[in-house]
Amino acid sequence: MKKLLIALVTLLPTLAMAATEQVHLESANIDLHDKASLERGVDLFQHYCSGCHSTQYQRYERVATDIGISADDMRNKYMFTDAKIGELMQSAIPAKDAAKWFGATPPDLTLVARVRGEDWVYSYLKGFYKDPSRPFGVNNTVFPSVGMPHVLEELQGTPVKQEDGSIVVTGGKLNAEEYDQAVRDITGFLVYSAEPVKLEREALGWWVLGFLFIFFIVAYLLKKEYWKDVH
Amino acid sequence: MVKNLINWIDARIPMTATYNRHVGQYATPTNFNFWYFFGSLAMLVLVNQLLTGIWLTMNYVPTAEGAFASVEYIMRDVEYGWLLRYMHSTGASAFFVVIYLHMFRGLIYGSYQKPRELLWLFGMLIFLVLMAEAFMGYLLPWGQMSYWGAQVIISLFGAIPVIGDDLTLWIRGDFVISGATLNRFFALHVIALPLVLVVLVFLHLIALHEVGSNNPDGIEIKKNKDENGWPVDGIPFHPYYTVKDIMGVAGFLIVFCYVLFFMPEGGGYFLEKPNFEAANSMKTPVHIAPVWYFTPFYAILRAVPDKLGGVVMMGLSIAVLFVLPWLDRCKVKSVRYRSTLHKLNIAQFAISFIVLGYLGVVPATPTLTIVAQIFTVTYFGFFLALWLYSKNEKTKPVPARLTH
Repeated sequence: MKKLLIALVTLLPTLAMAATEQVHLESANIDLHDKASLERGVDLFQHYCSGCHSTQYQRYERVATDIGISADDMRNKYMFTDAKIGELMQSAIPAKDAAKWFGATPPDLTLVARVRGEDWVYSYLKGFYKDPSRPFGVNNTVFPSVGMPHVLEELQGTPVKQEDGSIVVTGGKLNAEEYDQAVRDITGFLVYSAEPVKLEREALGWWVLGFLFIFFIVAYLLKKEYWKDVH
Repeated sequence: MVKNLINWIDARIPMTATYNRHVGQYATPTNFNFWYFFGSLAMLVLVNQLLTGIWLTMNYVPTAEGAFASVEYIMRDVEYGWLLRYMHSTGASAFFVVIYLHMFRGLIYGSYQKPRELLWLFGMLIFLVLMAEAFMGYLLPWGQMSYWGAQVIISLFGAIPVIGDDLTLWIRGDFVISGATLNRFFALHVIALPLVLVVLVFLHLIALHEVGSNNPDGIEIKKNKDENGWPVDGIPFHPYYTVKDIMGVAGFLIVFCYVLFFMPEGGGYFLEKPNFEAANSMKTPVHIAPVWYFTPFYAILRAVPDKLGGVVMMGLSIAVLFVLPWLDRCKVKSVRYRSTLHKLNIAQFAISFIVLGYLGVVPATPTLTIVAQIFTVTYFGFFLALWLYSKNEKTKPVPARLTH
């Protein structure tokens, strides 16, 4: 009976893995300490994405402060609406119009890296390919029947899916390596925006754990001292 | 001066007497082990939930339009709001970890047996209220999993014959989960249930201090007293167990803070990924799973092919724990002096519980449903077997004094 139980328990994870099919995702490999990359991410996101996608749970000013962008740079280079710097990062087009043009309101992306994971975001941005059967002429390997155009096409070039499933790109301002980095920059910014406090939280965590270890030792010695007359 | 003040108070309320009865002169067995940390830790987590909860309430907006954004506001714009939020969300999971271990302790050392039946019942009521509290709290962030999880669980009441549909309508206050549901869950989560919880914890402690603590040997230390009426195997709770519990608290906080600061999402089990997307009544998530602490019972629900049958079995799986003191007919309490059969039975129960918990997380497949059915049978089998063999169980001799 016990052997059977153990066998079942060890078998379970394999069964579960078989149950869920996963699209292969490339590792995004981002570094939140790399402020230059994050700023390039803000630049790319604001130019190519923020027209339709809001990141409405965060404020321009906080992003600027965290990433090390001056308020003037933020205003002049990366803000394209008439918002004030202390305001939330809304998209340029009203949700109602967007819904009319695209069939659905483009989702807010503040937390997309927490919902989907950073590797998903990275792979998604790299996953577009030409597909004339779709309304915007493109489809996506990790998001089948995607409902948006390939906005980074002028950077990446035109990706065409080959017979064997691989994707060959022609044209574009950036070569493959540069495009990967650009996509990594955007992903980094989205990972930051999903949880801006992540670096601060981990830094604080080491101090807290350090204190608790010392506290534990003191508590242990205190307990030992009190308990030596018991037994 | 201080003594005068104390005398003045003692003449009016029994302050010193109460302190001595519950702390200073409360006789505790000398042999508490690792398993005995979790009672005081449950208290610590309760206080954590109450305090962080109060501060979260100061910035949380309980409306369908504002709830999700207000949680992100707390995470970003409120000073250390992220810390309060993670303390509260990690605390919810920690509460169940601690409570499950606390209950398991009671199970292995027979702490539910006479004369501690009421103590056990109050504890079970705490567990029940805690589940309601956690369930309602999970709706408040108003994410996709909040919304659809609540949708699934509330719809279970619809399986009840005759009154089912009216009952779900009454619970939701609307035809679907909506702002009305959120408002009432908020009220229950921040006022009604915490009040009930605190009262039950008070009763749990009063019941404990009336009958005295059980211990890993399952011997009543009160049966062996010295000439002053003090149990020979007893030590005052303070300072011995206060200093020991402080050590336990430090150990617990190391684990708790590790999760809090380095993996607050708990691998997607403490904060589920779809819950970072605002609730959308038009879009069902691919896979709806309740939070991990409900999954053993959820797996039992899904294991039964019939909806009403599943609800009944799920209810029974919790209800049967209430009558545990009367199912166990053995006179020996601790697993240390009970039969091999009992040890194996407890082991298989623990395994069943964990496997069911795992099965409740993953999507159901035909194979997994059969596995869930097997472990549902072994889960209930524990109680049936216990009732059958405990009457004439072959136990070992119980020592007269505590062992160390």
